Amino acid sequence: MSTTLTHLQALESESIHIFREVVAELERPVLLFSGGKDSVVMLHLARKAFWPGPVPFPVLHVDTGHNFDEVMTYRDEQVAKLGLRLVVANVQDYIDDGRLLERADGTRNPLQTQPLLDAIADGRFDAVFGGGRRDEEKARAKERVVSLRDEFGQWDPRNQRPELWSLYNPRHRPGEHVRVFPLSNWTELDVWHYIEAEGIELPSLYYAHEREVFTRDGMLLAVGPVSLPRDGEVIEVRTVRYRTVGDMSCTGAVASGALTVADVIAEVATTRITERGATRADDRLTEAAMEDRKKEGYF
Amino acid sequence: MTTHGSAPRSTLLRLATAGSVDDGKSTLVGRLLYDSKVVLTDQLDAVRRVSEAKGLGHVDLALLTDGLRAEREQGITIDVAYRYFATAERTFILADCPGHVQYTRNTVTGSSTADVLVLVVDVRKGVLEQTRRHLSVGRLLRVPHVVVAVNKIDLVDYSQDAYEAVAEQVNGIATSLGVPDVTTIPVSALLGDNIVDRSGKTPWYDGPSLLELLHTLQPEERVQGRPFRFPVQLAIRPQGAAAEAGLSEYRGYAGQVASGSVRVGDEVVVLPSGRRTTVSGIDTFDGELREAFAPQSVTLRLADEVDISRGELIASAAEAPVPTQDLDGLIAWLSEGPLRVGQRVLVKHTTRTVQGIVRQVNGRLDLDTLASVPADHLALNDIGRVSIRVSAPLALEDYATSRSTGSFLLIDPQTGGNLAAGMVRAPSGVDDTGSPDDVSDWSI
Repeated sequence: MSTTLTHLQALESESIHIFREVVAELERPVLLFSGGKDSVVMLHLARKAFWPGPVPFPVLHVDTGHNFDEVMTYRDEQVAKLGLRLVVANVQDYIDDGRLLERADGTRNPLQTQPLLDAIADGRFDAVFGGGRRDEEKARAKERVVSLRDEFGQWDPRNQRPELWSLYNPRHRPGEHVRVFPLSNWTELDVWHYIEAEGIELPSLYYAHEREVFTRDGMLLAVGPVSLPRDGEVIEVRTVRYRTVGDMSCTGAVASGALTVADVIAEVATTRITERGATRADDRLTEAAMEDRKKEGYF
Repeated sequence: MTTHGSAPRSTLLRLATAGSVDDGKSTLVGRLLYDSKVVLTDQLDAVRRVSEAKGLGHVDLALLTDGLRAEREQGITIDVAYRYFATAERTFILADCPGHVQYTRNTVTGSSTADVLVLVVDVRKGVLEQTRRHLSVGRLLRVPHVVVAVNKIDLVDYSQDAYEAVAEQVNGIATSLGVPDVTTIPVSALLGDNIVDRSGKTPWYDGPSLLELLHTLQPEERVQGRPFRFPVQLAIRPQGAAAEAGLSEYRGYAGQVASGSVRVGDEVVVLPSGRRTTVSGIDTFDGELREAFAPQSVTLRLADEVDISRGELIASAAEAPVPTQDLDGLIAWLSEGPLRVGQRVLVKHTTRTVQGIVRQVNGRLDLDTLASVPADHLALNDIGRVSIRVSAPLALEDYATSRSTGSFLLIDPQTGGNLAAGMVRAPSGVDDTGSPDDVSDWSI
């Protein structure tokens, strides 16, 4: 028997350890579940961590109202199959009653922060598991595995707790909570290798399919009720897939013929553009777009 | 996990980088990422745009790693950042530690999980006070390997004499501090000499490039030669909610193997109670195992109906630590306010958190010499030796032999924030027959 773990086994073991630590120390955790691949892998690891017991916390979805149908179907199937409790925070409700205003550009990702923070407060959740990875973005590279949020849900990057060895410290004062990132040390490629090794099912739009799209800012956006082409933007049917899953109005597809996990891995391994750079208009707003949103309490 | 699919069977190596201000550490990290081809086009475009906007004549690779707005504005690195890169054989996690203010806090954090500490030294300046301190911290945190990149070799016309003078200085200090494994390499982070490929401009240097060396260094392996240690994270008792019928009576103890290995049938002792039992099963989601080893996360079943809760340690019955309420250790003080005698703290050791009172401050470490100087308190970034009385017995082990069961945190009972990183000194009552360079032999 080999007594050295492969890097993927080491990452899995570390993530399971993180889940167990936080569940053991805090009262009311919740896991952010969007149906995106990182949240799917995170949920899979949570099942492993507490087996043969059930996943000991509910899942929370911040629904922008602009989600892809395939992803919503997938979300509901998983929740039913695993017997989970699903909490949904609806951005649409906030827009309908005037608490939030629709942005001129129609993008709803930045609007998720308020419903998220309200859902955390309403559920009295003290730990929020998120699928963020440090390889995604420069501000996330500075994030702790267990990261304190103040009573306003704010992240203070200049005053983070030092995180030593694997002695995670989720303690906090009343009103504060911690965000926990079990996939901190995973890369996009690690996630895909793990999906392959574990045979994890994903929403179909992660694989190549034909879709009506138009090009904006160099991104391929799906034609749908909330993302319509403007003058001069031409609709065409292309074979595409999604590298990330988010709000339809700002999540772009990539031209791809990758039909299987192995095809996707080959594609990711040779790509020259980060997944956020390729597909997320919201991160391009300014040089520090992600940092600014994280400070306000975003995922 | 039972299968691997197409994932390469590579191993994980954890690095920490440190250096003084302007030694070019961020540039070195940027170069390592860039040359190992993990920097993607859109990231490079962003860096190129900013470099041009700042009026720089070259693409500033340091901008790849300085992620926070304040860092880019001030041209400095504030906080530890984590980077990932992989080659065919290895996956690397790199903790990039800023060198200036709060240097101890950052370097201690990065070093706590590192297999290799990479220090950057400017060949024109040689070893500075901060370099010496970083070496001391690496030594205290027991980082198994240290690599010193002697940088900016291009600025001294690739001079062998200049490099060797610095290398000699580094080796002298490493020897005096007792750092076991130090390697020096002449590099230019700006131009890429000896970072990924060996440079043609340093024909007098016959050693490996930095990346070649990082491929040969072995991650910390001694944990597997050590006795079995398993801090219990939580008990798993699904009862009516079991995943499968027939498991409603299941009772197992979940945790991560901290050191050594365990097989079904092994005799173990549960600490601090001292009850003995045998391991009757090792479970994972993917099925039962015959044996588990560090750092696997598993769930153990025990033969006897013992009631175990979080914080207890399941250990090899043949070689078990003696639990104690008297904690003697070195601590790196990470908080703005001082540590004083009589202070109440929480002590987190493995999965157990107990109350503690600081009984004594037994001196402060002079980081230039690693010698003890008298002190009655510790301030931010000080490292000192303290005695703490704790409210319940802890299964402490010497940090020098076990990072996982020899490390602890001091936590502020009021804010919940981390006050200090601690390393257990050979606990009293335990026969410590370690090597002459053990922590216990240091003058402090």
